[in-house]
Amino acid sequence: MASLILDDIVIEQDQRLLLSLDTTVAPGDVLTVMGPSGVGKSTLLAFIAGFLSPAFTPRGRVLLDKTRIDTLPAEQRHVGLLFQDPLLFPHLDVEGNLAFGMVREGNRRHRREQIHEALASVGLEAFAKRDPATLSGGQKARVALLRVLLSQPRAILLDEPFSKLDAGLRDEIRHWVFERVRHYRLPTLMVTHDEADARAAAGRIITLNDTTTSYRP
Amino acid sequence: MSRTASYRFTIGVLPWLTIALLSLPVASGVLGAMAPAFGYLPVLGGDSLTLAPWRQLLEVPGLADMVRLSVVTGLASSALSLGIVVLFLGSFLHTPLYRRVQRWLSPLLAVPHAAAAIGLAFLLAPSGWVARGLSPWASGWQYPPDFAFPGDAWGLSLILGLVIKEVPFLLLMSLAALVQCQARERLTVARSLGYRPLTGFLKVVMPGLYPLLRLPLYAVIAFASSTVDVAMILGPSTPPTLAVSVVGWLNDPALSMHFMASAGALLQMLLTLTALGIWYALERLVVCLSRRWWWDGRRQCGERWLGGMALTTMRLVLGLMLASLAGLMLWSVAAYWPFPRFLPWPPTLHNWQAAADDLIVPVGQSLLVATAATLLSLVLVLGSLEAETLRRRPMRRWAQVILYLPLLVPSVAFLFGLVMMQAQAGIQPGLGAVIVGHAVFVLPYVFLSLAESYRRLDPRWSQQARSLGAGPWRVFLCVRLPLLLAPILTAAAVGFAVSVGQYLPTVMMGAGRVVTVTTEAVSLASGGDRRLTAIFALAQLLLPALGFLLAMLVPRYLFRRRQDLLPRAD
Repeated sequence: MASLILDDIVIEQDQRLLLSLDTTVAPGDVLTVMGPSGVGKSTLLAFIAGFLSPAFTPRGRVLLDKTRIDTLPAEQRHVGLLFQDPLLFPHLDVEGNLAFGMVREGNRRHRREQIHEALASVGLEAFAKRDPATLSGGQKARVALLRVLLSQPRAILLDEPFSKLDAGLRDEIRHWVFERVRHYRLPTLMVTHDEADARAAAGRIITLNDTTTSYRP
Repeated sequence: MSRTASYRFTIGVLPWLTIALLSLPVASGVLGAMAPAFGYLPVLGGDSLTLAPWRQLLEVPGLADMVRLSVVTGLASSALSLGIVVLFLGSFLHTPLYRRVQRWLSPLLAVPHAAAAIGLAFLLAPSGWVARGLSPWASGWQYPPDFAFPGDAWGLSLILGLVIKEVPFLLLMSLAALVQCQARERLTVARSLGYRPLTGFLKVVMPGLYPLLRLPLYAVIAFASSTVDVAMILGPSTPPTLAVSVVGWLNDPALSMHFMASAGALLQMLLTLTALGIWYALERLVVCLSRRWWWDGRRQCGERWLGGMALTTMRLVLGLMLASLAGLMLWSVAAYWPFPRFLPWPPTLHNWQAAADDLIVPVGQSLLVATAATLLSLVLVLGSLEAETLRRRPMRRWAQVILYLPLLVPSVAFLFGLVMMQAQAGIQPGLGAVIVGHAVFVLPYVFLSLAESYRRLDPRWSQQARSLGAGPWRVFLCVRLPLLLAPILTAAAVGFAVSVGQYLPTVMMGAGRVVTVTTEAVSLASGGDRRLTAIFALAQLLLPALGFLLAMLVPRYLFRRRQDLLPRAD
């Protein structure tokens, strides 16, 4: 399994240093990045995932083991992304959403079996043909993570993934997500405002703020 | 070429094709009209530059009246339309009435200018529905009265005809602009400071809204000051507006008249520019005069009176439009309908049966041209909007102006030159030329209808899809297009309606070889057969209505099991 290496990352905006970071996330580890709005947490995720706005100037390298990925198009980086909204495609059913991210190998039947196994693993086997809009918040969150996992990512980025869930549901989904990324030994980087998220991740925590924009272990 | 490279190439090229489609015909058309205006057109024996066409033009009897009529009707109808829209928005924004009017916008916009004008002419004519409704009990008329309306020398009926079409257009343009200028938030702040709705709207929303409405408004002025089909139906004929006269000179069997027609086309362009200049000067004046008023802290200004006026005028506009359409339907099923009887009785379908054969070719060609022009426009617009997404920045200001170019330059000015160039290049007039000619006018409307929805689509949908391994083509085709299907189909329906309503490009680029329901309806309107005219006007109306119906039903059917993509009931 791969480590996610952020090698001497520096991101500037209008020639002003926004953040500077140099660290490695080992397989199955969850690195939490915390800090107030505007310090560049989501910008860091956008850079790693390949969606950085041209308004920012990045330097440094992002590697998954020995492969440099920051020069690749977003779709070739194999970095799964979970936002605070599950963003299940509303024009597809649950099965269609899961199929969208799957790697194209095997025939249609095989792929369908994989989808049904994945849904069964989270108790949603009866929901394959359902409209995503009819799922509960927890079910949507599960399907969103299953979709990412079925796309066979080599690392996962979480952008405040639990902030829109009900308080009661948040603990349960948090536990489930972290258990999964550890099970698949995926290096995971999570951006959050919520200290409870960071505690539940039980990994290293980096706190960025206006005066301390850099982290060098 | 890899898929990513082919995507980047295609999406990179389409905006330039869009700019070319919009700017080249207009620029070459204006240039093409210039040389003959100064006597140079070798194919017609004009070998040297001369001012003779201009001298000939200045000697035309009633030229000053034509010019006055064009400028006055253009400015007056635009000012009235803007006034009605602003007062209505100010008085009723975000009320149930506003939402009801909003629902009527698309069907009202689907009504082509010529169909609305024919309906209005039937409504207001001496033997029209209004006179019948008042006779004999109120007017005492046993026979149709003897007055020239529509077609009055002041152009009042022309102004009215333009207003009933421009009000829905400006309202539609305002919808997107209101969101962009954060009208709701601005108004909430003003209301919380004690301002009444209309005063708050005029003082804090209008300064943000007007700059966004400026280009659509200029397009309205350009259209109103140079319209041909509406002026032929509702305008006076002795003399007519300048644009109508130019088309008449162009169709004159004496080819030497083409020189004067060129000069007339250029004069029309100058005239529209003058109208726009006058409007701009008025804008500055209003801003100067309003400054003190913005600061004076007055919380209300005749709210009740102005609100009542807004409601009355909006009801009048909508009522006139609906009554015009009802009149068309009645004439299409009328057998014997003597004055002052209010309704034709008994109704008959004989008129439709008799016209069925005559309808086949115009309806078929209208469908063909409108479908092709809309598809061409849609591909270019989607490419241009996707290019914005790819470059992560909105279209540049100069490109936005080019987008409006065909709407700002009077069509009679550049289409005439374009026909000249087409002839010199040896391009045969016909369906192909008409489709391209229509696309020049359809594309801006498709863009205006779609841009806001396209730009507002959450970019995280694409990011999510790409992080799942989807390439840019797949993201575009399998995520962005399905999510935007409803607005895309609505934009296509708007484009289709615009194409069906085109008169001048069909007549000029097709050289009479392409016959559509609009060309037939306009030529029938000057004749005496109201029944046949009504049938063609209704056919002109039904085609766009069909387009809007499909645009509404197709997403509902495809997404019948997808709650988030169905229209909400709010």
